[in-house]
Amino acid sequence: MIPPSFEYHRPSTVEEAVGLLSSLGSEAKILAGGHSLLPMMKLRFAEPEHLVDINRIPELKGVRVIGDDIVIGAMTSENAVIEDPVLNEKVPLLPEAAKLIADPQVRNRGTIGGDIAHGDPANDHPALALACDAVMTIAGPSGTRKVPANEFFLGTYWTALEECDILTEITVKAFPQGAGYAYKKLKRKTGDWATAACAVVVALSGNSISHIRITLTNLGPTALRAHDAEAILIGQQATDELIRQAAAKAMEICDPAEDLRGDAEYKTAMAGQMVQRAINEALAKAS
Amino acid sequence: MAKQIVKMNLNGQEIEQLVDSRMLLVHFLREQMSLTGAHIGCETSHCGACTVDIDGESVKACTHLAVQCDGCDVKTVEGLAEGGALHAVQEAFYEEHGLQCGFCTPGMLMRSYRFLQENPNPTEDEIRAGLSGNLCRCTGYQNIVKAVKSAAVKLQQKESATA
Amino acid sequence: MNAPVKTPEERKAELQGMGESRLRKEDARFIQGKGQYCDDIKLPGMLHMDIVRSPIAHGRIKKINKDPAMAIPGVHAVLTADDLKPLNLHWMPTLAGDVAAVLADEKVHFQMQEVAIVIADDRYIAADAVEAVEVEYEELPVVIDPYKALEPDAPVLREDLAGKTEGAHGPRDHHNHIFTWEAGDKTAADDAFANAPITVSQHMYYPRVHPCPLETCGCVASFDPIKGELTTWMTSQAPHVVRTVVSMLSGVPESKVRIISPDIGGGFGNKVGIYPGYVCAIVSSIVLGRPVKWSEDRVENISTTAFARDYHMDGHLAATEDGKILGLKVDVVADHGAFDACADPTKFPAGLFHICSGSYDIPAAHCSVKGVYTNKAPGGVAYRCSFRVTEAVYLIERMVDVLAQKLNMDKAEIRKKNFIRKEQFPYTSAFGFEYDSGDYHTALEKVLDAVDYKALRAEQEQKRNDPNCPTLMGIGLVTFTEIVGAGPSKICDILGVGMFDSCEIRIHPTGSAIARMGTITQGQGHQTTYAQIIASELGIPSEVIQVEEGDTSTAPYGLGTYGSRSTPVAGAAIAMAARKIHAKAKKIAAHLLEVAEGDSDWEIDRFKVRGNDEQFKTMSDIAWAAYNQPPEGLEPGLEAVHYYDPPNFTYPFGIYLCVVDIDKGTGESSIRRFYALDDCGTRINPMIIDGQIHGGLTEGFAVAMGQQMPFDEQGNLLGNTLMDYFLPTAVETPTWETDFTVTPSPHHPIGAKGVAESPHVGSIPTFTSAVVDAFSHLGVTHIDMPHTSYRIWKKLKEEGVQL
Repeated sequence: MIPPSFEYHRPSTVEEAVGLLSSLGSEAKILAGGHSLLPMMKLRFAEPEHLVDINRIPELKGVRVIGDDIVIGAMTSENAVIEDPVLNEKVPLLPEAAKLIADPQVRNRGTIGGDIAHGDPANDHPALALACDAVMTIAGPSGTRKVPANEFFLGTYWTALEECDILTEITVKAFPQGAGYAYKKLKRKTGDWATAACAVVVALSGNSISHIRITLTNLGPTALRAHDAEAILIGQQATDELIRQAAAKAMEICDPAEDLRGDAEYKTAMAGQMVQRAINEALAKAS
Repeated sequence: MAKQIVKMNLNGQEIEQLVDSRMLLVHFLREQMSLTGAHIGCETSHCGACTVDIDGESVKACTHLAVQCDGCDVKTVEGLAEGGALHAVQEAFYEEHGLQCGFCTPGMLMRSYRFLQENPNPTEDEIRAGLSGNLCRCTGYQNIVKAVKSAAVKLQQKESATA
Repeated sequence: MNAPVKTPEERKAELQGMGESRLRKEDARFIQGKGQYCDDIKLPGMLHMDIVRSPIAHGRIKKINKDPAMAIPGVHAVLTADDLKPLNLHWMPTLAGDVAAVLADEKVHFQMQEVAIVIADDRYIAADAVEAVEVEYEELPVVIDPYKALEPDAPVLREDLAGKTEGAHGPRDHHNHIFTWEAGDKTAADDAFANAPITVSQHMYYPRVHPCPLETCGCVASFDPIKGELTTWMTSQAPHVVRTVVSMLSGVPESKVRIISPDIGGGFGNKVGIYPGYVCAIVSSIVLGRPVKWSEDRVENISTTAFARDYHMDGHLAATEDGKILGLKVDVVADHGAFDACADPTKFPAGLFHICSGSYDIPAAHCSVKGVYTNKAPGGVAYRCSFRVTEAVYLIERMVDVLAQKLNMDKAEIRKKNFIRKEQFPYTSAFGFEYDSGDYHTALEKVLDAVDYKALRAEQEQKRNDPNCPTLMGIGLVTFTEIVGAGPSKICDILGVGMFDSCEIRIHPTGSAIARMGTITQGQGHQTTYAQIIASELGIPSEVIQVEEGDTSTAPYGLGTYGSRSTPVAGAAIAMAARKIHAKAKKIAAHLLEVAEGDSDWEIDRFKVRGNDEQFKTMSDIAWAAYNQPPEGLEPGLEAVHYYDPPNFTYPFGIYLCVVDIDKGTGESSIRRFYALDDCGTRINPMIIDGQIHGGLTEGFAVAMGQQMPFDEQGNLLGNTLMDYFLPTAVETPTWETDFTVTPSPHHPIGAKGVAESPHVGSIPTFTSAVVDAFSHLGVTHIDMPHTSYRIWKKLKEEGVQL
């Protein structure tokens, strides 16, 4: 219940934050929403000597439109994502899925960036980022760089972020007009991580599928994109049979960790269920 | 391990206190400020018994450092009643039997208080989702939902009375 | 001034007495954050205690190094079993006739067992100190399966019991055997089975779960070295028993020990026993001469405090071909963990499990329960169980369903056929319990009508014949009889103290009153309901009757609140104490009215001269007179005490029906409807009863649908945080429909039976009944809990059901 002692730092710019991380080294951890880190510290599973609180850096919060790009500050809270008018209009998958993350209080503190940066395969935003073809902006000691989502998630608790980096922005493009979307998340109760979850974005050209993304949460060492499943449906008119085949393809890439939620066979089967349901729901929304 | 000064507006009063960086807000409130309304029911941020209001948002005080409240407006259950008059949510919980042992109650009240500002006219499903960060073992939530509905009506009546 | 004359109805309403859904008197402090729970208590000079716990489930302690902890500024002491030995407090007696380690003495027996305590200036330093204590262990082989624990070459768990072939409850025939307890008539049962045309058997497991009240356990122990007095605030459901035990263990005379149960954030049987944390805090306070607070974490609470259930049950029913039950046999293997610390009345190591003949007229029955030690935390009786009645009702209700299925009989029909009939009450069961009253048939018909049972069965049939239906629909039905109100002191005692309870009432000169009882509310609303009883008995508004419990220096001796015993036992004591006052008041009234006692009548709030409504004295008038010139021969004052030794238990009952729809693709269950009819006899406050029902049903839902305490082969308890331990939120929790009938208890002064555990006892098998019913057309007769999506999905797969 009681975290170990640490030094507390509160930078007011990204530059300052990066500077602190560089000088403090591996004993420093970023304090974003704190709802992953602080519980770990309270259980004494993590004992960093320094916390760098990035909650008071204004440039990290909020959603901006720059030309075609929708730029989401990494420290935008889940509730801010849910409420944001631009996201609701142009990238509606994100606000809808964010409602399924944690609970109302946690969503006031938990951030989209924190959810991504942790590299935790159980978190939801990685799969959502893959489904939206997001690009991550990273600030580090040697400057800023951009990494597309499909190169960002490298393994369990392992991302493209290096020791002194800070994820500053998540950039997405507006969904095509008439796009359908869904995030189906099977969980034991409100606030739990996914037993299995699937994000789908789909666009139609006439009756056939002109654009599709099928991504998976908590079914492998990282969020997964089911390319082969997408290939079944792209350019096709969706039928129950094709959707079943796509789900089967998605199941083939699943390699879930066994835990109290269930064994690998069950979780993989649930992946199949979530994929089918997400595709159906997304198609129902598409026009 | 140095102590820090933290300044905040706590239940309408400006305060300035010295705290350890690692001091959790819930312990700061309960032990340093003697406001024992916020309770501790777990250490994994699930139960919500510690819920308070910071800068207009419901936050679990057990997963927040006291130092993070520097410059913030913090409201606890002790600050809900104004001028001796109970807040509508407090009245409603009493009238609808929305509490039994009382341990989850401060957190429920603080969450309900903020929830009804986010959603002044909620459906039952919205209430249940809105309070899904607060656990109760005694009531089965049924009367809590009734209480929040009743409080919503009271607040709306108050709105139109003062309009 | 002529005040308008109030009608009797108006006067009755003013009393807000029995039967009124009056709002609660205790709420004011809770809704303003002014409750006083143990962790809220802060005393000058108070220190904090925290506990070093074993990471392994079975092992020898080789070495404990206190130095790194003692080196931390602010740490006052680090104590181990060695420090408690000179006080003979390293072990303590349990409520079940066993001993339990206070601090592990050379051996640890379960994961998270207490090994050492640290005392520090504040809880932050104490937490650092816990991390700093170094303990070396030598691991020993672990036993987590009670059947394996009874194998000849199973590891020896209780070396301290080596050679002891006689336990507290009879002979021990194996080093990990605790007791074998039996009830009923084995010969008669065997005969019934030998001659029965139909027999069914079913093995079922009632998983280990944990009550998990929102407030964890804790205490503030404060020994005053100058006065030699010990005061301890404690999360205790039985403060007087604790006082007696603490006095016995510490040597401080009971008159100098004060236990105070302040506001308690939920008990549910988790706060009955005496935990090492309490003993250590008390010892520390005595040794250091300063107050010491101990407040456990949630992980500690789930991992080490009184768990519930863990019964492996084999049930057998013998019956005629048309479903009349002829006999019942039950054998149970009971996993008690490392120490037998069950909170049961002394003579009943398996509690009241032998209520397992249920609501049925079964002529021959026998049950046996074999208690076993394993490398798990101690306990077994907790969580709204009424002393193993959860297990008993689960067993019989499942068996009746199994029998119904075998005979292709409807579940409601077979129950009607076997119910104890109204005319048979008081009814003595094959296990010797005398059921006080009941009317099961009426209650069952009421429920079946309310839900339109026939239509539900028709819908189920239609869905079964529709291959495109995405769900399996199940209907669960349970018709349970509870047994609460422990109990008659000739058979019920806790550590030798009979299970009576008590009430003292004192009326003040100006007509308001104070009353204290030996029970202790943890949310059940005693401050309101008890006042309501007195209000109806004495004609004083409940609003001005102050009810206090929990302070052993002021409250009369009682056995506490658990097992739904408050209304049956203390409630009776309240009525009896009130009637003593009533009898004295009648004398005073006669004196004031200048009539003979026999010429006055009591009506609601006054004694009236017979035939003259204008001539009356209210209890206020009488109270004043009692303190000012009482009549000749009567002493001043108006008060009474009553200690009530119940003549029998009480037997509330209920009929629960549940409709579940199971997603064929995911195994998720959706509770479409849950209808709960309860009969608890006289209903003191319907609003409070409904609240208790909602809460008990929700806890039952949690147990049946998701709670578990899985152990791996090394005895690690997996999922001991709220991330995994299933406490449903408002989103998962169904909406409950409640109903009632009223069949008063003939032996209880106000006919009330108690109710708060019924919804838990009754709902859990209802959920299983519904889930199994969803699969019954495929020949499935039982599915063990919890009914998680994972476990149901595996069943769907096993049965070849596809979406």
